[in-house]
Amino acid sequence: MKPAPFDYHAPRQLKDAAELLASLPNARILAGGQSLVPMMNFRYVIADHLIDLGHVEDLRGIAVIDGHLRMGAMMRQHELESSPEVARHCPLLAEALRHVGHRQTRNRGTIGGSLAHADPAAELPAVCLASDAVLHLASVRGLRAVAFRDFPVGYMATALAPDEMIAAVELPIWRLGHGHGFHEFARRHGDFALAGAAALLDIGAGGVVRRAALALFGVAERPVRVDAAEAALLGKAIDRAAIRSAAAAAWLIEPISDIHAGGDYRRHLAQVLSARALGDAARRAGVEI
Amino acid sequence: MAKQATRITVNGKSHARVVEARLTLADFLRHELGLTGTHLGCEHGVCGACTVLLDGRSARSCLMFAVQANGCEITTVEGLSPNGELSVLQQAFMDNHGLQCGFCTPGMLITLTELLRENADPSEQDVREALTGNLCRCTGYAGIVKAALDAARQTRDGSGA
Repeated sequence: MKPAPFDYHAPRQLKDAAELLASLPNARILAGGQSLVPMMNFRYVIADHLIDLGHVEDLRGIAVIDGHLRMGAMMRQHELESSPEVARHCPLLAEALRHVGHRQTRNRGTIGGSLAHADPAAELPAVCLASDAVLHLASVRGLRAVAFRDFPVGYMATALAPDEMIAAVELPIWRLGHGHGFHEFARRHGDFALAGAAALLDIGAGGVVRRAALALFGVAERPVRVDAAEAALLGKAIDRAAIRSAAAAAWLIEPISDIHAGGDYRRHLAQVLSARALGDAARRAGVEI
Repeated sequence: MAKQATRITVNGKSHARVVEARLTLADFLRHELGLTGTHLGCEHGVCGACTVLLDGRSARSCLMFAVQANGCEITTVEGLSPNGELSVLQQAFMDNHGLQCGFCTPGMLITLTELLRENADPSEQDVREALTGNLCRCTGYAGIVKAALDAARQTRDGSGA
């Protein structure tokens, strides 16, 4: 339960961090360490070099820019949880954060670290997928933007090149007055979810859905958008029946089976949690359901 | 660079050491400083026994390397009663049967110290939610929750220190 030896680097500039990552052999990025360090303690991960981003100021901060909420990758989860900007502009993220780990891990864990770790049962990737987030990835070659839809490429695998790290996360801000919903089922609060759903709804006059997003997590090797559910809602007046039939699209997913839950059970959960998340989103958008 | 000079303030006292980068903060506290009040249960961030305050916020000391805490201030369970007198929360644990074997207690106390600092009037739900990251295998949660609510009430009433 002790990690293998490694050399520790604590750069202060993003440029220096990128150079270290590009030049050092078998180097890993250390963000909040709440997933990496347990893996190192178990020796699932044996790194020769650890590059700690904890002192890189360029990776911090939160700002509203051109209709997006931009967060530095090293923003701690508790900082975002208590941020008035997040609460006002991306309430889905604020709600999801309360389900991420425990207060002790949120005090250390970062948004960038969670996204790069890409656990399929994690909450923050699902929020990014539902919100059409854009990630800014940094390397010695500079910055490149990647749509979050293209970021998770498989089980705990991402579009990050070996010499890249996440520098910032941008969430498009939905119209003020939109509704959000977030539900997950875990054996114990803070445990990894067996399944979960994140929903956003923008509802116009007459209860007509102008924009909808539904993402599921914990059900497949990476989070999934339920395009069929969104299509079923768009342009329709929202009510219980509309939500029920949209949530039924969650049956189309092909869930994983593991020791925690069977695929059929996950499919059932996906449908129930989708309906609850969409219901909350509709109510928060001002529709009585 | 496998070894690093590190200076950490623990319970108000500054300590400088040259340590291996892979030394966890928990092992630094226990082995380098002899502060064995911080307990190690699982060593992979599940049990919460090793929780300490890092610059005032709770953190798992098994999921941090001592070198990451360079320049930081740490409070361990020893720091909750600097003059040998129990804190209000510690006394409430005694009064409400908040501990049996005592293994999880340091982590419980640290987590609840942070909660009560942020929220002077927590509900039972708030306390239980704060404690999801701390495991007690004596199944003593009822007494622990009661102790936390008691400490909060005493502090609000001004009957505590």
